[in-house]
Amino acid sequence: MVRIAVVLLSLLYGAILGAGFLAPYDPAEQDRAHPFAPPTRLHFVDAEGSLHGWPFIYGLIPSPDNFAEYQEDRSRAFPVRLFVSGDHYSLLGFSCRRHWFGIDEPGHIFLLGTDGYGRDQFSRLLWGGRISLLAGLIAAALSLSLGMAVGSVSGYFGGFVDDTLMRLVELFLAMPWLYLLFAVRAFLPLHISPTVAFFLLVVVIGTVGWARPARLIRGVVLSARERKYVLAARGFGASDFYLLRRHILPQTMGVFLTQAALLIPQYILAEVTLSFLGLGVGEPVPSWGNMLGSLQQYHILASYWWMLAPALVLVPVFWGYQVLADFLHERLEFGH
Amino acid sequence: MAYLLRRLLHGALVLVGVSVLSFLFVQLAPGEFFSDMRLNPQVSPETIRHLRAQYGLDRALPIRYVRWARSVAKGDWGYSFAYGLPVSKLIWSRARNTLLLTITSALLAWLISIPLGIYAAERRDRWGDRVTVAGSSALLTVPDLLLALALLILAIRTNAFAAGGMTSPDFAELGTVAKIKDVAAHFTLPLAALVLGTLPIFFRHVRASMIEALALPSIQSARAHGIPRSRILFRYALPAAANSLISLFGFSIATLLSASLLVEVVMSWPGLGPMLLEAILARDLYVVIGAVMLSTFFLVAGNLVADVLLYLSDPRIRRGPA
Repeated sequence: MVRIAVVLLSLLYGAILGAGFLAPYDPAEQDRAHPFAPPTRLHFVDAEGSLHGWPFIYGLIPSPDNFAEYQEDRSRAFPVRLFVSGDHYSLLGFSCRRHWFGIDEPGHIFLLGTDGYGRDQFSRLLWGGRISLLAGLIAAALSLSLGMAVGSVSGYFGGFVDDTLMRLVELFLAMPWLYLLFAVRAFLPLHISPTVAFFLLVVVIGTVGWARPARLIRGVVLSARERKYVLAARGFGASDFYLLRRHILPQTMGVFLTQAALLIPQYILAEVTLSFLGLGVGEPVPSWGNMLGSLQQYHILASYWWMLAPALVLVPVFWGYQVLADFLHERLEFGH
Repeated sequence: MAYLLRRLLHGALVLVGVSVLSFLFVQLAPGEFFSDMRLNPQVSPETIRHLRAQYGLDRALPIRYVRWARSVAKGDWGYSFAYGLPVSKLIWSRARNTLLLTITSALLAWLISIPLGIYAAERRDRWGDRVTVAGSSALLTVPDLLLALALLILAIRTNAFAAGGMTSPDFAELGTVAKIKDVAAHFTLPLAALVLGTLPIFFRHVRASMIEALALPSIQSARAHGIPRSRILFRYALPAAANSLISLFGFSIATLLSASLLVEVVMSWPGLGPMLLEAILARDLYVVIGAVMLSTFFLVAGNLVADVLLYLSDPRIRRGPA
């Protein structure tokens, strides 16, 4: 189970890292002739009934009567080509234009259909994953480092510092976190560039959730401080900093990793939720949340199922982290 | 008694702390409700200055806080800029709808998860347990946003449930029975989304605490004495698991106002969620603060109820050094 989960998560993160290469189109590229085009069908059998060894697709003709209805144009087949040259993107600082697959002009391949502006959902899903998954990682790192700092100081030094910090923790734990997220976002400017919005969002999500890891880490530090070898090291004249770094913080690793596996999916969902509601990362940068935003209109939700893809892809992410968290919890916290 | 008083005092302090923090966030925020008016050439600077003075926005932060606290004492909770109404009135009309939804869903989730949890714990690792555990794990991996959207699609496709809102457009002309029926039809969908969302969490909790209780030596000896299974389950094991169930009960009170925010927005249920979102977009500060405060109040109250119940049910807490 754990192995499958780790492989799955690595594949997902790998896919979003290589988004530029794997995605056939630029995420912001609009194709006004193809709004809400359904996922392109890959064909192996042509109109005459002969079998092909390599998939090909047909072009789409918009229906003259109805909006967003299409028919396949069987007169011309476009074979799927590998490693084609297309839009520019940057990978590890290099500017590239080689894509995993593509279709000769004037054909289009939309593996997961298009949205209302005719933007390729598959490309946007990959690029949007960068925002959503990265937001989860960075926010969790922020929360955990804050929690680590507060928890270790609080647990190690005890006394007045501990009391004050723990009251603050209780205050933060008592706040309804979704409300808090909303409220903090409410007091930030609404119209900002997507990059600034992304970092603000990450900072907000990350700072809201530091309290629980802080409390758990404090507990571990508190018990580790009293271990005999720590007392011995102190007797030999080890400094506070040395003791924390060398003997105490390594003990918190189990809690740290388990909390990470719990927090990351929560924070991914937080980003998706906020962006879905229009409070997070805005257009034209895709994120899984703002891609789902248009589904607040019932007719889009009912008619174009492929628009649901960014929500569906959350399921494997959640599953992977859930398995990982269970495993870490058993192995690292209780399995000594 | 001293223990309970201390918990009460602690809860009150948390509420004060949250309100101070909210005001600090307000101060950090650039822009306010009247900022957009400045762009409107038809509104003179005098009018805006007058409005700001009327709502006290031209005063220093501590003064505003004191004025707000006084307004809380009067039961107004400040005024909404957008509606010109006392925040308490505005929030209460919405909170009612939210509570109708969340209380029913919490009750339903309890009614299903307790028997199911006991059943699964009793048949641990047999296939009845495996199936329920697998089902709850599967539900747990579905984010509530997807759950709500999927249910909505189902409703729109099948036309079996009324999708969106709380009432039909012709609600005012219906009779009493028809009115109740109408609300119930709109109610089903958000209710299902909430119940399916909380059920796996409750179920796992009940199952884990029952498994722990069933492993106690006292239960083993009761078994050895030949006491019937149902009596062991409900008379011996359930009370032993009570503490963690009470904590969970407190948690479900605590989240009454925050659990349904997203579902309400997605299904346009006229509760606190959509109102809060609107207030955030309009920077209607006191409405946002009011909603945060009310929700914090429920959290504190939920924890307090759990503390009181634990105090009453567990002599160890009553006698021990609390």
